[in-house]
Amino acid sequence: MNEYSKKMLKVPTYTLLREQDMDKLPVLDVRNLGIDFGGLTAVDSFNITIGPTEISGLIGPNGAGKTTIFNLLTSVYQPTRGSILINGIDTKGMTTHKVTKLGIARTFQNIRLFTDMTALDNVKVGLHNEIKCPFVCSLFHVPPYQKAEKRATEKAMELLDFMGLADIADQKAGSLPYGVQRRLEIVRALATNPSIVLLDEPAAGMNPSETTELMHQIRRIRDTFHIAIFLIEHDMNLVMNVCEAIAVVNYGRIIAKGTPDEIRQDPAVIEAYLGREEGKAEC
Amino acid sequence: MQVLQYLINGISIGAVYAIIALGYTMVYGIAKMLNFAHGDVIMVGAYISFCVTNYLGLPAIVSVIAAMGVCTILGIIIEKLAYKPLRGTSSLAVLITAIGVSYFLQNAAQLIWSSSPKNFTSIVTMDPIALFDGRLIITGEVLVTVLISALVMVGLTLFTGKTKTGKAMRAVSEDRDAAQLMGINVNQTISTTFAIGSALAAIAGVLLCSTVPTLMPTTGSMPGIRAFTAAVLGGIGSIPGAMLGGILLGIIETLSKAYLSTQFSDAIVFSVLIIILLVKPAGLLGKQVQEKV
Amino acid sequence: MKQLLKNKNSRTNMITYLVVIVAYLIMQTLNSMDMLGSSVRGYLVPLCVYISLAVSLNLLVGICGELSLGHAGFMGIGAFSGIVIASLLKGTVQSDTLRLIAAMIAGGAMAGVMGFLIGIPVLRLRGDYLAIVTLAFGEIMKNIVGNTYVGVDDTGFHFAISPTKMRLGEGGKYFINGPLGATGVEKLANFTMGFLLVMVTLFVVLNLINSKEGRAIRAVRDNRIAAESVGINVTAFRMKAFVVSAFLAGMAGALFGLNYSAITATKFNFNTSINILVFVVLGGMGNILGSVISATVLYILPEAMRGLEDFRMILYAVVLILVMLFTWSPKFKEATAVFTGKIKGIFRPGKEAGNNE
Repeated sequence: MNEYSKKMLKVPTYTLLREQDMDKLPVLDVRNLGIDFGGLTAVDSFNITIGPTEISGLIGPNGAGKTTIFNLLTSVYQPTRGSILINGIDTKGMTTHKVTKLGIARTFQNIRLFTDMTALDNVKVGLHNEIKCPFVCSLFHVPPYQKAEKRATEKAMELLDFMGLADIADQKAGSLPYGVQRRLEIVRALATNPSIVLLDEPAAGMNPSETTELMHQIRRIRDTFHIAIFLIEHDMNLVMNVCEAIAVVNYGRIIAKGTPDEIRQDPAVIEAYLGREEGKAEC
Repeated sequence: MQVLQYLINGISIGAVYAIIALGYTMVYGIAKMLNFAHGDVIMVGAYISFCVTNYLGLPAIVSVIAAMGVCTILGIIIEKLAYKPLRGTSSLAVLITAIGVSYFLQNAAQLIWSSSPKNFTSIVTMDPIALFDGRLIITGEVLVTVLISALVMVGLTLFTGKTKTGKAMRAVSEDRDAAQLMGINVNQTISTTFAIGSALAAIAGVLLCSTVPTLMPTTGSMPGIRAFTAAVLGGIGSIPGAMLGGILLGIIETLSKAYLSTQFSDAIVFSVLIIILLVKPAGLLGKQVQEKV
Repeated sequence: MKQLLKNKNSRTNMITYLVVIVAYLIMQTLNSMDMLGSSVRGYLVPLCVYISLAVSLNLLVGICGELSLGHAGFMGIGAFSGIVIASLLKGTVQSDTLRLIAAMIAGGAMAGVMGFLIGIPVLRLRGDYLAIVTLAFGEIMKNIVGNTYVGVDDTGFHFAISPTKMRLGEGGKYFINGPLGATGVEKLANFTMGFLLVMVTLFVVLNLINSKEGRAIRAVRDNRIAAESVGINVTAFRMKAFVVSAFLAGMAGALFGLNYSAITATKFNFNTSINILVFVVLGGMGNILGSVISATVLYILPEAMRGLEDFRMILYAVVLILVMLFTWSPKFKEATAVFTGKIKGIFRPGKEAGNNE
């Protein structure tokens, strides 16, 4: 147990802010977000505020619009309505790579690694904007470039080691087992030096022991890098144990927000999502 | 009146492009490959028709049917030998093989029929229709070309919409794996597509050479590229798109040659293509597919 | 140096450079001993040009994964710009070598600028649509270059894109005469320059591939959305690769143009673009040494078969198709694997044939 999870948690349901983050600028501030595809409203009136060191979860039945929300947050889609502030900056009209530079990084539900490249190179791609060297430098491989490249390798190894992946650094990303690929994607996201990481079903396809390991790692990421984590997950055990605040969406709208305990008891959630058996999720 | 005359000529050449483009579009839609040899199948079709009328002295209609038959068989053979073994591998590998087939057909034609141009006699014997005291002339070729291309399009639309084979073709083009799981014979469907595309190429070849009567081993390549452009312009994979793209391209080509510049007609045609693709990246009638994240 | 050789990538790069250098030294020695026929000597410069073109196109097709069908267009732009610059500098710059270098740099720069301008619209598209638009631009470039008139007379430099607007005074000289192309070009190109061109091209492309830019480019090819999500500006990277590739093609084109006394724009048509693409695909996508070798073999092959007259291109086509089938088709691959396994089995009795997985 770490220092954060011990102080559990009187979070006001309307903001999802952790107490120690209360007087700080939220890392993610989403107001009245909505998107229509053709005539179909996929997400509507989505509000959320996430503090700088918070682990929060986004749950909901399949097709509720969770991944769409992640795509909106990372500017893969442009919202029809509402605003997204990352570290206080409105992302309106920005492209994905610009939003990433504001401090948001993500993983994908259907893993998107650079399969032909080694694990190390995958992380080094994540470090791309950290290697500051003009085009001409890298064209001629001058000493400053080589130095920067060497530092990047060290940093990448450090990050891989942090997630326990140092020994697979030289393997092709596509040949790695599923669970390892998921963790490698997290490392790559961390390499972009984010202030919030979005994890899209990080435990999907993992066995129970891997999931337990992942839970520790998620907390460790937050405690080491002091960043916020926002995750979509169907594994209720993970969500209830790791997240300090949870938002539940159905049909593109938030139907409940609160601490894990509050969510467990929320009648709307139970009806829409958890089924009749209270507190036990079968999904 | 002059404009009208150019417009009619444009539609006529455009109708030929449209028939060729239909072949490109169908093969692309179903086999997801750019069949660069398609233009050369056109040339083969024209040569067959030429030989049947000139050397055997048979009537034009027989020569067209013979050309269609030979091209259909040729199309199936090409598909079986050169493309099928590469199915599922890199699309670039298939593209290069198609280029190899194109070289092969051109050079084989050169060996058989020599590289000197043949004077193709039009298969249409109808007299031109003169309107407005001869200020507007519609030749028989124009009428026949436009009529045939309209027929081909209607026929193909009905075929893909109503028949079992046509529906199978649409299913394969949407999702090959799912179609296979539903019990559709994918290989046979692709073969059929090549057969139809090649038969159309034969018709296009005869019509093309009836309008522009020089026949050489390289006759098919430039109209092939133009028609391919037309298919992309209309939205590759779409049957009405190919038709629209072909006719538009023909009109743009004729009008730009007449009013803007003869030398730069190529540049103008391709510039229009680029502009249209920038506004509508999937062509005029193509479906915009967004990658799912 | 030792550390360099440890790395597998650097080792392959070293081998690539070495192969080219050794080949050059051998040819140069043979040439100085007068052991090469005049026809073979004539092939040397175009061969270097095609190798450079293949390597630069491989950057685009193999590394970036963007199919470009208009590479010859950049080559043409480079050729004609190079010819104009070389002719203009005649008299002011004495050294032929310097003049050639200036022409090549100018050709490269012109093609690079063109690549940038074309890249703005082209790189918004993807896949086959990008391919058709590069084809279109290739044809447009050929069309424009083929109708350009450039010349000089007593009143100065003249440029037009229509024969009627182009009036040169008495004693004026055309550098490019529309569809007739460039005539009376000084043959400045030589084999050593060709070799240097190949080396420069290899240096630029290999360094680019093995830098952070190259990593980003490969990332974009592998998974565009993921690359964007880690902060890579996809369009900027495709543009960089596109411009570099065009620049190198322009340099190669300038050397090519200055190797013949007369040249027309029709040389830089779709077929030439396709031929370069064939070199790249047969050599292996992203495999630079492969491009060098396949460009060499495929360039020499039709020339070597000249004795076969009419059959040579048809044989070339058959070879092309067969090579594609044997290198790409899963069935053929299996067959060859079993075959080589059996052969190995003959030489290594005791081990099961075909069991070499």
